[in-house]
Amino acid sequence: MKNLVPILVVLAAIVALWYAAVAPMNIRISLDQAERAGQVVTPETSRERRETSVWVLMASNPGAISGGYALERPRLPTPGQVGQELWKTTGEMVAKGRAFSKRSLIYHAGITLKSTLWGFLLGTTLGILAAVAIVYSRVADMSLMPWAIISQTIPIVALAPMIIVVSSQLGIEGRGVPKAVISAYLCYFPVLVGMVKGLRSPSLPQLDLLKTYNASGAQGFFKLRLPSSVPYLFTSLKVGIAAALVGTIVGELPTGAVSGLGARILIGDQFGTPLAIWAALLAAAILAGLLVTLLDMLQRLALRRMGLNA
Amino acid sequence: MTIESTTQPVIEARQLDLTFQTNDGPIHALKDVNLTIDKGDFVSFIGPSGCGKTTFLRCIAALETPTGGTLTVNGMTPDEARRKRAYGYVFQAAGLYPWRTISKNIKLPLEIMGYSAAEQEERVKKVLELVDLEGFGGKFPWQLSGGMQQRASIARALAFDADILLMDEPFGALDEIVRDHLNEQLLALWARTEKTIGFVTHSIPEAVYLSTKIVVMSPRPGRITDVIDSPLPKERPLDIRDTPEFIEVAHRVREGLRAGHSYDD
Repeated sequence: MKNLVPILVVLAAIVALWYAAVAPMNIRISLDQAERAGQVVTPETSRERRETSVWVLMASNPGAISGGYALERPRLPTPGQVGQELWKTTGEMVAKGRAFSKRSLIYHAGITLKSTLWGFLLGTTLGILAAVAIVYSRVADMSLMPWAIISQTIPIVALAPMIIVVSSQLGIEGRGVPKAVISAYLCYFPVLVGMVKGLRSPSLPQLDLLKTYNASGAQGFFKLRLPSSVPYLFTSLKVGIAAALVGTIVGELPTGAVSGLGARILIGDQFGTPLAIWAALLAAAILAGLLVTLLDMLQRLALRRMGLNA
Repeated sequence: MTIESTTQPVIEARQLDLTFQTNDGPIHALKDVNLTIDKGDFVSFIGPSGCGKTTFLRCIAALETPTGGTLTVNGMTPDEARRKRAYGYVFQAAGLYPWRTISKNIKLPLEIMGYSAAEQEERVKKVLELVDLEGFGGKFPWQLSGGMQQRASIARALAFDADILLMDEPFGALDEIVRDHLNEQLLALWARTEKTIGFVTHSIPEAVYLSTKIVVMSPRPGRITDVIDSPLPKERPLDIRDTPEFIEVAHRVREGLRAGHSYDD
């Protein structure tokens, strides 16, 4: 429980900063609204106001600041508004028994989660296989590793549409597969790097010991290299799953997808409903947090069983 | 003991040479090493760093390949002997797998060599008793002291039926009280198992106390300067170290080390 205090302090600081930022971010919209409602604001026209800094606007119209906290389409919604929107699209839907309707964020989070997990599975498998190849073969080390690094320098937003086009050319129905591929593309790398390091972590005497037993290559792998790499694997998996989620959301953005958290963000942008964007963002953050926490718990469990928690 | 084992040396080195090629030029790690080790011998290799004592032990274990001369282990090449699992090797660091319990660590060579589960259990029980670690089988390495970990690693080397035990400064990292105790235990274990032991050490008293044969080595190039057959009896209480015989052997070892100019620099 001692850990809770610093966590809460940081959280409170973030929320306070957020609330403070709402006033300057929303003052122009608030003033536009007030002008339309017939109130006197200074400067009087929106054109003049555009030339004036937000700080001056706030100083000359102190009465309009509070309006910025209750806008329907704010530039920056308050944490309270985002929370409300999130509740309206999750908890309230559940209460109405419509948890999986298309208006529910649970439905969209589920779509994103499914792609994320497929991508994670694919990326992790690829990452581990490539790591094994790199550790055991000098040729693979020299040829695969540079490409792996280059692959991470290409912005995924540039690559995502190409993957979609290619997969539709190949006659693959739906968005599931290309989304999972994009997600795997982002998450294999941390797994690869971590596993290469993990599989190489046994010391020379440990490898010599197996040699004195005349152990086979497979025995060396399963009895020494693989168990040695477990702590590295879990650390990589935690980075990897977060990357997989980002990959899926990015994959949903430029593809005209209609479901998934990425699609909600895109639609929110197109229809000018910032609350929907922010609620989807927060939902994505919560989802990532849950996934990483789950892996963290698995890690503790696995390492405790291996006697490595000391 | 069978008849053949007494006629054939366990380890025989003739004109053994080993040169490492490094970026700073060749390093002559072993030069003209001639040595015969018979069955049941306890042979210590002593000398300063760089004298090739560990390298020689690694050659016997086929972890290094000599560049000249001949070396046989049980009448075979070292690599054939390694494939036949002729020796158990104890490294300077215990090197227990941290994710395995002590029992599971001792089972590691047994699993690799394909012993049945029942046989594994039986052997673990036997060697744990041999190194005085009964009841610690279920513990993880980090729950044991350094001395206990090293004993567990000796148990691991004893678990399968190798009649040679190669030990590379196994007690080097332990304090003197623990070391004395482990030396005593090692002698008892040697008497019970009748193994042939090759033992690398830095310590003169340790070498004299343990060995039937002391090999004194010196560096640059690594070579043997003296081989001393110990006159001490097989039965050795710790206080044998205060007898004139012991002191005399220790003196000869020290002379041998000095003759090799090993402490010149």
